[in-house]
Amino acid sequence: MMTLFGDPAIWLPWTFAALMGLSILIYVVLDGFDLGVGLLMPLADDDEKDRLVASIGPFWDANETWLVLAIGILLVAFPVAHGVILTALYLPVAVMLIGLILRGVSFEFRAKAPLSQKPGWNAAFFAGSLMASLSQGFMLGMYVMGLTWTWAHVGFALLTAAFLTVGYSFIGAAWLILKTDGILQHKAVVWAKGGIWGMILGIGAISLATPFVSARIFDKWFTFPEILYLSPLPILSAALVGYLWWKLRRLPMENDRFAWSPFVAATALFTLSFLGMAYSFYPYVVPEQLTIYEAASAPESLLIILAGTVFVLPAILGYTVLSYTIFRGKATELRYD
Amino acid sequence: MDTLILSRIQFGANISFHILFPTITIALGWVLLFFKLRYNATGDQKWMDTYLFWVKVFALSFAMGVVSGITMSFQFGTNWPGFMEVVGNIAGPLLAYEVMTAFFLEAVFLGIMLFGFSRVKNWVHTLATFLVAFGTTMSMFWIIVLNSWMHTPQGFEMRDGVAHATNWLEIVFNPSMPYRLIHMGLASGLTVAFLIAGLSAFRMLVGDKTEAVKSALRVGVLLGAGLIPVQIFMGDLHGLNTLEYQPQKVAAMEGNWETQSNVPLLLFAIPDQEERKNHFEVGVPNLASIILKHKADGVVPGLNDFVAEDGTVLHPPVGKVFWSFRVMVGTGLAMLALSWGGAYLLRRRGAGNMPKLVLYAFSAMAFSGWIATLAGWYTTEIGRQPWLVQGVLTTEAAVADVPAPMVLSTLIVYLAVYAALIFAYMATITYLAWKAAKGVPLSTRQYPRSGEAEIKAMTPAE
Repeated sequence: MMTLFGDPAIWLPWTFAALMGLSILIYVVLDGFDLGVGLLMPLADDDEKDRLVASIGPFWDANETWLVLAIGILLVAFPVAHGVILTALYLPVAVMLIGLILRGVSFEFRAKAPLSQKPGWNAAFFAGSLMASLSQGFMLGMYVMGLTWTWAHVGFALLTAAFLTVGYSFIGAAWLILKTDGILQHKAVVWAKGGIWGMILGIGAISLATPFVSARIFDKWFTFPEILYLSPLPILSAALVGYLWWKLRRLPMENDRFAWSPFVAATALFTLSFLGMAYSFYPYVVPEQLTIYEAASAPESLLIILAGTVFVLPAILGYTVLSYTIFRGKATELRYD
Repeated sequence: MDTLILSRIQFGANISFHILFPTITIALGWVLLFFKLRYNATGDQKWMDTYLFWVKVFALSFAMGVVSGITMSFQFGTNWPGFMEVVGNIAGPLLAYEVMTAFFLEAVFLGIMLFGFSRVKNWVHTLATFLVAFGTTMSMFWIIVLNSWMHTPQGFEMRDGVAHATNWLEIVFNPSMPYRLIHMGLASGLTVAFLIAGLSAFRMLVGDKTEAVKSALRVGVLLGAGLIPVQIFMGDLHGLNTLEYQPQKVAAMEGNWETQSNVPLLLFAIPDQEERKNHFEVGVPNLASIILKHKADGVVPGLNDFVAEDGTVLHPPVGKVFWSFRVMVGTGLAMLALSWGGAYLLRRRGAGNMPKLVLYAFSAMAFSGWIATLAGWYTTEIGRQPWLVQGVLTTEAAVADVPAPMVLSTLIVYLAVYAALIFAYMATITYLAWKAAKGVPLSTRQYPRSGEAEIKAMTPAE
């Protein structure tokens, strides 16, 4: 441990990689359910659409900020990697950004523009969520494949794009089971059942592909004793999927018991998948090209950011919890007054 | 067109689109806090009505600002990787502090400010309003620090072609930062003042006679009339600061080719960079010398000093800077005339009896702050060319090696989306004003009430 934490050129990049990973994970879970709810919009009737939006209205903006933080850390802590990754992903990033723009402004326009325009903004809301989800899934696939554009890699990325999108719709449905009641909640359970395969196939596809992309990762996975470190991940994931399968057939239950359980289980699944990926790709930030230690900024700049982070991050987490507490309970119509 | 110019147009388009909305939210946050505090102090329903109308405009503007801001944070990497590679050690921490101290604060408390009024106690809601305003202002602070550092860099040293920070106080308080910060803050205040005055005038024109709209008009006009002379004074100081640190920019603003005394203030000219002279000059003798050097025979630097021996041009494109500057100043003078005239009429005739012509003028000027702000930013940013970071990094050296057709195709999509959204934004807030003027109720509930009682009523089970 002393060797790890003695040299700032070692522990600072490590710390920032961990912070970036945490931000990405929080983003994927939190904006994952926002985007998922957006993806489910066409399945809801007109009144339900308003409740769908109300269930994420007070949160989406802060949720999206985790993406800014993650990309910000990549930018400030690993500037060289930031350039390499984002220029390689130029087109999907542009698609995602336009999607996020459409999704974000539709929130406001659908409530404020004349009523006759509302269906149009609902469609833009769905389209924006779809563009953002697909492009994020696509980037995930390209990243796993080492950020090189070949037909095979693009094909794989298109698959992960579809799977992540369905996965987001699943966690969105799980969020709605928690935040709605009545007929809409029943519908959300049906949607969740329809979306869970996206999670399974997505996790499966990436797990199958990852070790075969690089011999280094293959060794990390399938040699003894490393295989023991990794084994809890697939076992726990399988258990969670089994639990969800079983639970979704029984929800909603009397007195709304266990309405929280699909969302918590989905979050756990996302977290496990993420840990698996982090374990596999460490210490690379650009797969097989650039490690976090090679890509890191100067230690004095990282220190000054870290000093602020130590104070600010707990405050951010604190008032995020406050916000979720204030807007706890079932989502009703949003009102400004 | 090559990747460089396309990338510049793309980033320019994004940042132009983006700045429109922070320019509104920075000052509108504080104006909302003012409305809320007036309501708390007087209990007068008109202040809450005003608050409820403008909080919708705020929410819409904020969403536009957030989504376009995210676009920019990605474009540093997709289009300008050289920027972070060379000055990342300085730009990085500044951007990180913006995200950490501003973005999360705004985003979280915005939810409470917009939708929490019936869920939290009144003071918590007021506090949320304050924190949102504070967050937007912090965001402005950090981004202005970074931008100013790009104009007047200090507190760093170059090692192996990469800038390393040596003194953070010098970096943060670089020479142009205080001027730019105040200039931008006032620009935001003026934009909001004219937006409030303009939309309120529009509501009056379509028949709104409520106390709420009269109060809003008064706030808008008086805020504008109060801020515009300060802004003109501040702008002058900022110009003098630029003269000291970026004389080539001032030379372009003045359209002055030779370093000389008794330089006229040009009201009109067509600068010609090929022939290195102006056509059709109309000017006031000696005035530029007087403004910049405070005496008629003051020597003002000329553009020809900024051409290298081998003919490389080291000053910005003259025509664009020259005309952007004139559009900004012209808009500012129109603001001065209208707001002072408006303030005089308010005093003479009261908010309920403003002449129709004046109301039309305010409606027409509702978005004038946008024009002045954009023209001002074009002056200062185009005025920094060919540098990205003055004297450290050229724009050309920072651009990404992305194929030009890729940049062009995304640029076209961005432009289409932005044009549609600006149209939708202006149409929607006009529609909101029209709806409010026609008396569609903003709220069906009674005031005042305590948020706590409301929570109990909503969740009887607890």
